[in-house]
Amino acid sequence: MDFGLDPEDELFRQEVRAFLDRELPADWLGMSVSWAGYGAASGELEGPVRQTFYKKLIKRGWPTMAWPKAYGGQDASFTHQYVYNEEMAYRGAPESGGIAVTYVGPAIMVHGSEEHKKKFLGGIVRGEISFAQGFSEPGAGSDLASVTTRAVRDGYDYIINGQKTFTSGAHLADYIWLLARTNADVPKHKGLSMFVFPMKTPGVTSRPFLNICDVLSFNDVYFDNVRVPQDALVGEEDKGWYQAMTGLDFERSGVARFAGCRRAMELLVRYMKETKWNGRYLAEDPLARERVAETAVDIEVGRLMALRIISMQTRRMSVSNASSVSKLYGSELSQRLARLGADVMGPFGTLTRRSKWAPLSGFFELAYRNSVSATLGAGTSEIQRNILAQRGLGLPR
Amino acid sequence: MDLGLNETQEILKKTARDFLESECPKSLVRAMEEDVKGYSPELWRKMAELGWLGLLLPAEYGGAGGDWVDAAVLLEEMGRALLPGPFIPTAVVAALAILEAGTPVQKDKHLSGIANGDTIISPAILEPEGAFSARFIQARAAEDAAGYVIDGVKLFVPDANVADYLLAAVRTSDGVGSDDGVTVLIVDARSEGIEVTPLVTVAADNQCEVALKGVRVSRADVLGQVDQGWRLVRQMQMHGAAATSASMVGGAERVFEMAVSYAKERVQFGRPIGSFQAIQHKCADMLVDVDGARFITYQAVWKLSEGLDGEADAAMAKSWVGDAYRRVLAHSNQIHGGLAFSKEFDLGLYFRRARAAEFAYGDGVVHRDAIARQILG
Ligand SMILES: Cc1cc2nc3c(=O)[nH]c(=O)nc-3n(C[C@H](O)[C@H](O)[C@H](O)COP(=O)(O)OP(=O)(O)OC[C@H]3O[C@@H](n4cnc5c(N)ncnc54)[C@H](O)[C@@H]3O)c2cc1C
Repeated sequence: MDFGLDPEDELFRQEVRAFLDRELPADWLGMSVSWAGYGAASGELEGPVRQTFYKKLIKRGWPTMAWPKAYGGQDASFTHQYVYNEEMAYRGAPESGGIAVTYVGPAIMVHGSEEHKKKFLGGIVRGEISFAQGFSEPGAGSDLASVTTRAVRDGYDYIINGQKTFTSGAHLADYIWLLARTNADVPKHKGLSMFVFPMKTPGVTSRPFLNICDVLSFNDVYFDNVRVPQDALVGEEDKGWYQAMTGLDFERSGVARFAGCRRAMELLVRYMKETKWNGRYLAEDPLARERVAETAVDIEVGRLMALRIISMQTRRMSVSNASSVSKLYGSELSQRLARLGADVMGPFGTLTRRSKWAPLSGFFELAYRNSVSATLGAGTSEIQRNILAQRGLGLPR
Repeated sequence: MDLGLNETQEILKKTARDFLESECPKSLVRAMEEDVKGYSPELWRKMAELGWLGLLLPAEYGGAGGDWVDAAVLLEEMGRALLPGPFIPTAVVAALAILEAGTPVQKDKHLSGIANGDTIISPAILEPEGAFSARFIQARAAEDAAGYVIDGVKLFVPDANVADYLLAAVRTSDGVGSDDGVTVLIVDARSEGIEVTPLVTVAADNQCEVALKGVRVSRADVLGQVDQGWRLVRQMQMHGAAATSASMVGGAERVFEMAVSYAKERVQFGRPIGSFQAIQHKCADMLVDVDGARFITYQAVWKLSEGLDGEADAAMAKSWVGDAYRRVLAHSNQIHGGLAFSKEFDLGLYFRRARAAEFAYGDGVVHRDAIARQILG
């Protein structure tokens, strides 16, 4: 047994750290990063830093380091990916690449045509194109296979009609990555297909709406007789569901969340040591000390859940259960931590980033709101528990 | 013994619900989040006409002579409707403070104005250094021939931007005992030297920073006794805590109802999500929380109605209800899925308001500290 990383991973960690020290402002809070939830990523919160910062990441090829060399990646080991994801999240660096890097690109490598690869992969590596994930619908959330957006063949084209919802960033995305029904006469999982086409295609309209973080990210996306060519189909018709289940085996530890939590905790601790309330430093309050200690241990347990996954992935073991454990535990932990931070600040923890009195520029107040999404997005906690109990433990349905 | 409402209270509940459903729709609640005043003067007038603003005041001041249980019934409905505006600070906290500690002249001057909707009064207690202990009252009122001159900062003052008067807790001497030296002054909110800046809380609920620089107050505007005001401040906190608990009960009940009806309607995997036990158990837990919240609050307001000492009960209520409401919201958010995270959906309004209510007039930590002192010494 060995909980340490190899020297070359540690060297790479130093390299990433030095880069982040150089490229991020010293007082960078990283309000938008997703340790707390999925709802605060926004240009408004990141300001101009994101653009210049992202260009520098691209220059190093870091966002796509996990990709095979053949497609412009670096074939990075799981431990390298882990180190990178951990350091980035720990510093609250603006997240980059998004689903283009983690999901769309890999899906195209596995299921796309040569045309698709030429058209998209280079652009993703260079950070030039972005995608929105058009899965959820008003009637299909957890039960994703019941999507009703229809794609009907018409000669060499498909005609698409329907509505997606909660589509993050669709109003800013270049392309939509869409799950649609191509066959309504077969069991629901067997009639779905994946499509990719420009958001600018005639008949596509998006209506952005605010989330409870006051961030404009959600969209309703409407498809009204949208005509797309046949090559908008990715992979095989009616095989979309199964394709969605298979991708490339990247780092799936969830370490970013725990690293973000660790950093949030450090911010909180510094605040508690510097701030007097009711005649003593917050760090001296026995109640707050107990909760901080408890949560700090929770965070460490989470980091080990992530580390365990990397260890398994390095040994080429299946990690689907272990990553549900990490997601379920991590999302609920982030809710506790966000609340702890905001609670410790007393009434000041209710002040938003728009108030000059808000501690840490409202970091924990925003996290408190954002953390509502942690147990909803990317598979709700109930669904994670179902998966673990049924698929993982073999309990009867 | 009877833990139910009487007939007039049932009527009040129904009237209030109907009235607020038509007069305080969520569109108004949302509009008031952006509004500079943060409340609707027109609706305030109507509430005065219904006798709500003077509910706790005797008839001689134009009040309805109601008791605390009546007020709780009304407050539950206000919490359910998310009524924006200074009802608790003015019609409960300030009204009772002046009624109980005011001189005849002060009562004549302020109480009928509260009852008829002309006057808004807010307590100004919290400061940047601390809360809920007399020693953190640092805003100074220096005495001179003409009266007092106040310098200091008050935070989290509800609706100060629309208030006519503030009930400011200030330090008039350094005091011998730890609770001595605090005085409550009735300060004209439009006096020279007062600067009001809205604080932007998660609830967008019009709480303010009030900076006082050389603000003059006459001796006639001392509420209660000089240097002995801390008891009155504590009573104001207690009244605010009891009233906020009642309004949270109403909010929690609505949030719970929304979740249960959504669980019955929303279909995933070919069946209503309410058929999954993971969802059913949340619904059952919410029921427990709403019931518990209601009766711990009712006991507190009943004691206040009977003129008994309700301080410990109000502390129990505020701490328990704050936690219960938060748990109910967490479940309801979870049951509503992605909808809960949309600003367009009403649940988020409750979520944000509840967070502010949790800290108004003392959060669980403050009140449990008081309870622990009582139990453990
Ligand atoms: C911040 C954020 C960003 C998002 N971004 C995107 C995006 O970019 N693209 C996209 O396509 N979607 C996106 N979503 C949508 C997300 O995928 C859905 O919200 C999620 O799948 C849940 O679906 P739902 O909201 O319809 O809830 P529902 O599935 O209706 O669930 C409601 C409740 O029922 C429970 N439930 C459902 N089935 C079961 C069961 N079998 N057993 C027990 N309980 C059950 C759920 O756990 C939940 O508590 C985003 C969501 C959030 C919050």
